[in-house]
Amino acid sequence: MARFNETNLATAHEIIARYPRPKSALIPLLHLAQEQDGYVTDEAMRQIADLVGVTPAEVIGTGSFYEMFRFEPTGRYLINICGTMSCALLGASDLLHAAERTLGIHAGGTTADGMFTLHQAECQAACTEAPCLQVNYRYRFRMTPDGVEQLIDDLRAGRLDDEIPPHGTLARVRQHIPADRGVGAVDPDAVDGPPAWIPVTVEGAGS
Amino acid sequence: MSETTENVDTVEITVNGRAVMARKGEMVIAATDRAGEHIPRFCYHPRMSPVGMCRQCLVEIDTGRGPMLQPSCMVPVAPGMVVDTESPTTKRAQEGILELLLANHPLDCPVCDKGGECPLQDQAFSHGPGESRYVEEKRHYEKPIDISALVKLDRERCILCDRCTRFADEVAGDALIHFVERGNATQVMTYPDEPFSSHFSGNTVQICPVGALTATPYRFKARPWDLEQADSTCTTCSVGCRTSVHSSRDRVLRFQGVDDDNVNWGWLCDRGRFNFESIHAESRLADPLIRTAEGLVATDWSSAMSITADLVRSALERSGPSSIAILGGARGTNEDAWAWAALADALGVTRRDAQLDDGLPVGVLGFERATIEDAARAATVVLLGPDLKEELPILHLRLRHAAVEGRTRILEFSPTGSGLTKHAWRSVRTPVGAAAATVAATLADAEVAAQLGSGPVVIVAGRHDLASSGDQVMAAVQAVLRAVPTATVLPALRRGNVVGALNAGCRPDGAGNDARSILVDAAEGRIEVLFLLGADPLADVPDADLARRALQGARRVVSLDGHGCASTMVAADVVLPAAVMAEKSGTTTNLEGRVSTVSHKVTVHGTARPDWMVAVELALALGHDLGVGSLEDITGRLASGGAALGAIWAPSIAVGEPVTVESVAPSGYDYRLVVSRVLYDGAVSTSNSASLAPLTAGPGVSMHPLDMERLGVVDGDVVTVTAGRGGVELPVCADDRLDRGVVWVPFGQGGGDPRELISGGAVTDVSIARVS
Amino acid sequence: MSDYAWAPGFVAGDRPRIVTSRFEHEDSYTLARYEATGGYAGLRAALARPAADVHEEVRASTLLGRGGAGFPAGVKWGLTPQGVFPRYLVVNGDESEPGTYKDRLLMERDPHQLIEGCLIACYAAGLSRCFLYIRGEMALAQERVATALNEAYAAGYIGKNILGSEFSVDIVLHWGAGAYVVGEETALIESLEGNRGMPRLKPPYFPAAIGLYGKPTIVNNVETLSNLPWIAHHGAAAYTSIGTESSPGTRMVAVSGHVRRPGVYEIVNGTTTFRDLIYGDEFCQGIRDGNELKAFVPGGGSAPWFLPDQLDLPFEGRLVGAAGSMLGSGAIMVMDSTTDIPSAALTLTKFYAHESCGKCVPCREGGTWLMRILERVVEGQGTQDDLDLLLEVGGSICPGSMPHAASSELGLEATPFPYRMTTICFVGPSAYVPVHSALTLFRSEFESRVAPSRSKTRIPVTAIGGER
Ligand SMILES: Cc1cc2nc3c(=O)[nH]c(=O)nc-3n(C[C@H](O)[C@H](O)[C@H](O)COP(=O)(O)O)c2cc1C
Ligand code: SF4
Ligand code: FES
Repeated sequence: MARFNETNLATAHEIIARYPRPKSALIPLLHLAQEQDGYVTDEAMRQIADLVGVTPAEVIGTGSFYEMFRFEPTGRYLINICGTMSCALLGASDLLHAAERTLGIHAGGTTADGMFTLHQAECQAACTEAPCLQVNYRYRFRMTPDGVEQLIDDLRAGRLDDEIPPHGTLARVRQHIPADRGVGAVDPDAVDGPPAWIPVTVEGAGS
Repeated sequence: MSETTENVDTVEITVNGRAVMARKGEMVIAATDRAGEHIPRFCYHPRMSPVGMCRQCLVEIDTGRGPMLQPSCMVPVAPGMVVDTESPTTKRAQEGILELLLANHPLDCPVCDKGGECPLQDQAFSHGPGESRYVEEKRHYEKPIDISALVKLDRERCILCDRCTRFADEVAGDALIHFVERGNATQVMTYPDEPFSSHFSGNTVQICPVGALTATPYRFKARPWDLEQADSTCTTCSVGCRTSVHSSRDRVLRFQGVDDDNVNWGWLCDRGRFNFESIHAESRLADPLIRTAEGLVATDWSSAMSITADLVRSALERSGPSSIAILGGARGTNEDAWAWAALADALGVTRRDAQLDDGLPVGVLGFERATIEDAARAATVVLLGPDLKEELPILHLRLRHAAVEGRTRILEFSPTGSGLTKHAWRSVRTPVGAAAATVAATLADAEVAAQLGSGPVVIVAGRHDLASSGDQVMAAVQAVLRAVPTATVLPALRRGNVVGALNAGCRPDGAGNDARSILVDAAEGRIEVLFLLGADPLADVPDADLARRALQGARRVVSLDGHGCASTMVAADVVLPAAVMAEKSGTTTNLEGRVSTVSHKVTVHGTARPDWMVAVELALALGHDLGVGSLEDITGRLASGGAALGAIWAPSIAVGEPVTVESVAPSGYDYRLVVSRVLYDGAVSTSNSASLAPLTAGPGVSMHPLDMERLGVVDGDVVTVTAGRGGVELPVCADDRLDRGVVWVPFGQGGGDPRELISGGAVTDVSIARVS
Repeated sequence: MSDYAWAPGFVAGDRPRIVTSRFEHEDSYTLARYEATGGYAGLRAALARPAADVHEEVRASTLLGRGGAGFPAGVKWGLTPQGVFPRYLVVNGDESEPGTYKDRLLMERDPHQLIEGCLIACYAAGLSRCFLYIRGEMALAQERVATALNEAYAAGYIGKNILGSEFSVDIVLHWGAGAYVVGEETALIESLEGNRGMPRLKPPYFPAAIGLYGKPTIVNNVETLSNLPWIAHHGAAAYTSIGTESSPGTRMVAVSGHVRRPGVYEIVNGTTTFRDLIYGDEFCQGIRDGNELKAFVPGGGSAPWFLPDQLDLPFEGRLVGAAGSMLGSGAIMVMDSTTDIPSAALTLTKFYAHESCGKCVPCREGGTWLMRILERVVEGQGTQDDLDLLLEVGGSICPGSMPHAASSELGLEATPFPYRMTTICFVGPSAYVPVHSALTLFRSEFESRVAPSRSKTRIPVTAIGGER
């Protein structure tokens, strides 16, 4: 499956409608595609191009700029081990080695069973909890090499299924703007006056 | 860009201690360029928005807060600004950046097409550090990859200046090449299976500041220092882009765009850029030919000319001047057309037409004329023409730019939509046969009327559809003019020098003398001698049956042609080889009436001669002295007949009679046929250019998906399209931009020829059936 | 394992708390808790006054931006051109600067406070749509903010005619996909437009004038906005009574690295010293394992390094700038005596080289080159020439003198911040800053690593921070 399924297509349209210009929905739609398939497929990029009115080259141009989008099959669990300053100061490389040893792969690789992809990542904004890692962008703080082994074991055994959804899923709660409450997106070039709560000044300028 | 400084607000700045008058709003780099102070740069291009990407143009700029290193391509001039392009800090920065640029650049200059004309090479020499301290391994990529049929990309040489990608997105509107990846891994790429098949791809090769993008037709053909060049004008279509013809050892090797403010801004379409290949194609005619029992056989010029003179003399004697007709002239220069018109005048021949029943009535040149610049500055452009992207590509770029900038609103009337539809303020699907009525109804709308009242209006008028009559367009133009009498008209006639040829006299002098009536008379045996001046009725006249009958019915056909086109090879009794562009000098007139020069750059092929010379000699053989002995004589005549060269000649044609066309209701047939041109078709210069010939899309018929469903066919199925007269088989494809009940067939794609369906009526209705 | 198991030290001590006041509650992120603890009072107070007054209040509070540049928020809002609409608010929740950790906490633990801040900003500055851009890798923050937005819409705090007033605004949740440079405001805007996150040049692209979709746009940091409910509720005077005149209020600081109790602390702005933070009982309680402090980065990975000489400086922008560094995003990274300085510099340089957007040649090529040379030096393959080359290549990114700290040991005077640069944004220079700091302050550590001429022997290195 590479094109959006019906539910996701509806979600895609809902997302696009939130932006004054459809291209703004590009990154959210790439996330949605990755959530559906675990990575971003060629077909998905073509469909996204159609949905937001750009060329597929523009979609991959934007998509490939960002670290999180994967364009090839990726493990069910993507383990990102932080290697930046604060974590490095506190033994991040030990975590990486432990993970490499336990999984039998090098950073950048995916296990043969398709369960794990291992990465050395950049600063994860948890520097005071160093060294840390993320599994599918869920944190594990103050990790130790033993902790890494245990974590991999738990993941393999499915003991963390409730907490950690498969790769691609970020927030499990989506924003919904209720139809009766939402203001709606307006073409920026179609607006010329100030918003209602800003009094119009003499020249009609608004502050 | 040319210098036109009158009345522009100026700003005084200081450059290297010298006072310089800059134009308000321009970037520092543009001001220093004009002041003759060169700042090195890679990403800056005056026709695109600045990105400040390469940082090579950093100079010290002081705006009162002390000198600061700033990219001169992105900083607008301000009064009192002090610019130092030579300070030690500036030099240090420029050297440092050059060293970094070269860090990953392969130094393969000896085998690089760009070597010798490479800004990176030049600037490394003039502003570089002299040696590289980069001992690390350079970036490696797979060697040149084809990003399209015409362009190759070598990512190792790329310095990521964003010129090609900006061009594709901003200028061409075909964002098919793009940066991918990030940081040090950034590269330019296409999407898998979606090549950079833009009509404008060749421009990226020209603007690439290194040898990363190369044109397949030019690769390894020459070293830049071997090239000779001459400025000229492209005659592929009537936009008349300024070009530079580059040749080496008497062969044309490439065309480059030249920046002309009024016309092409330096851009060329790929068809115009790469059809130089046809100049040296095998199909070129080297010697005169005469048809004998054995077919066409070579002869010498004097025999060919005396035979031709005899044919003319006897026609005049037997049936008078009305039995002689001249078709064509639009492929030549103004001088060529003038000489043939003068010959015709001398003989009393009034039957001449530079169009082949595929354009518009000449009255279109009689309206108050607009220039390209007028259109690009108008508040509203009313498009009543063909798909400009396909037929007049650079006019498309100019109007697209105007629309994207928000300066101009485009109101399009078209039965199929066009490349400008997505930039149009309104695009109205116009039923074929009811254009004038639709235009009138649309213009009555209050919002449209307000828009039309908001500023200058330019009508772009051309023939969108070869399956319905050109009168429909004229009626629609007049409908606009009735609503907006001040509107001006930019005639979107297609062939290279069609406006020049019509102006110079290769035009029907009133009703009944146009191409169609000539062909009808020929078919009915009333034409003794039919001259074809670079004209190919068998390929170009929309009514294929009429063209065939005409060439059969004309007693004698004399063809003056550069290439052995179909009509020449099948029907001509005498064939005179003609010089083509780059083999002759002269002037041409573009669609706005602008006159520019073409340059003689390479020796003519074989014994070929320019058209004008043939006319002058033929006149002499017939006892008429046209009073001109050289090209310069004719150019002088033309110039004195109107304004000087370089100015715009006012057309000497009366405003066309009001055209009244009744709306034509659909007949009993099911579908209304629209036939229009696409960039790559069977045209002589395209099909004889090895790189372009394969780019024709191939035959097909497009229709609305729901119509396809009704017929029970899917993409790729073959259907028979039948009109009153005959039928052709074509593969079908879905296109939901079409109205239901309308089918579209591209012209000149080989295979089932839609011209077999066209019979010159007001519209063409067809029925379609599945081939079971 | 709940993230509360690792609750950082921010609740310790008796300090005024403006933005972290709810953090001690397990359910701090729910609407119920928020409302029960004074939530949305600031918004109500704001809506009761004309928008211009609220703007004035924020201007009077001198609330400084917390994203790095420290520009006063009220002044920034006033920079939008007169009469040009629409105007947008873009919330910068892309927190990725090495060492920085505060915005994520604010989003995870008090999303309603942020939402309320957004609403107040939109009201005061006449912004008619808000995009809340959260860093892609922060799944929990996204979840919490999404939930909070849904609750707030349902409760009538967001959307049409908020709390019955004329004020109507949507807040659209948007998240990134992993690119540090997108934290730079113009890159953030590019990203939000669906493009590659490459910064635009300022001028002309000052967001307040030409921002999202070419319209005036206010970009504010999460922490900046999170201060607004308190200011709207308690007033500017109450706010300026905390902290110093030039740096009022509080601010969140993350202290990480070799300290005994790393954590995120809300501190009184402008007065707390680095010594307080690193050694103070209510903060980090000193260096781990009784080691000595070797150096620290005072304001996020892109800040020039400080030495123990600078410990007594207060956390105050102007003073830190004069001393040769910057406060940036409020992140201190502490290195103890076991730290291998060249390796530490390499981690940072690698980060910025990797995060270059690729637009500017000096950053794209220079950052990577610095990294390569430094790698060679760290691995013992470098030469004396390489050390000079590092400074030369760095000089192509930052021409002229570089800021650095004073050192009593080396007899160095401070060179104040900032530096000159050949790039558009600070990513390029940031790849050089750690190299320059390390080479200036610890040159001997490099010299002992390199051979006078190219050597083939590798000198093995242990982990950067030594054994734990
Ligand atoms: C390379 C770079 C990265 C940045 N990253 C962030 C960031 O992650 N979060 C942030 O709020 N500001 C970041 N900034 C600062 C923003 O550009 C901008 O100044 C800030 O969001 C404005 O908000 P404030 O005025 O509320 O501080 C970054 C700046 C640069 C140059
Ligand atoms: S300095 Fe680096 S990250 Fe910043 S704009 Fe330039 S290339 Fe991009
Ligand atoms: S020419 Fe100015 S930055 Fe490239």
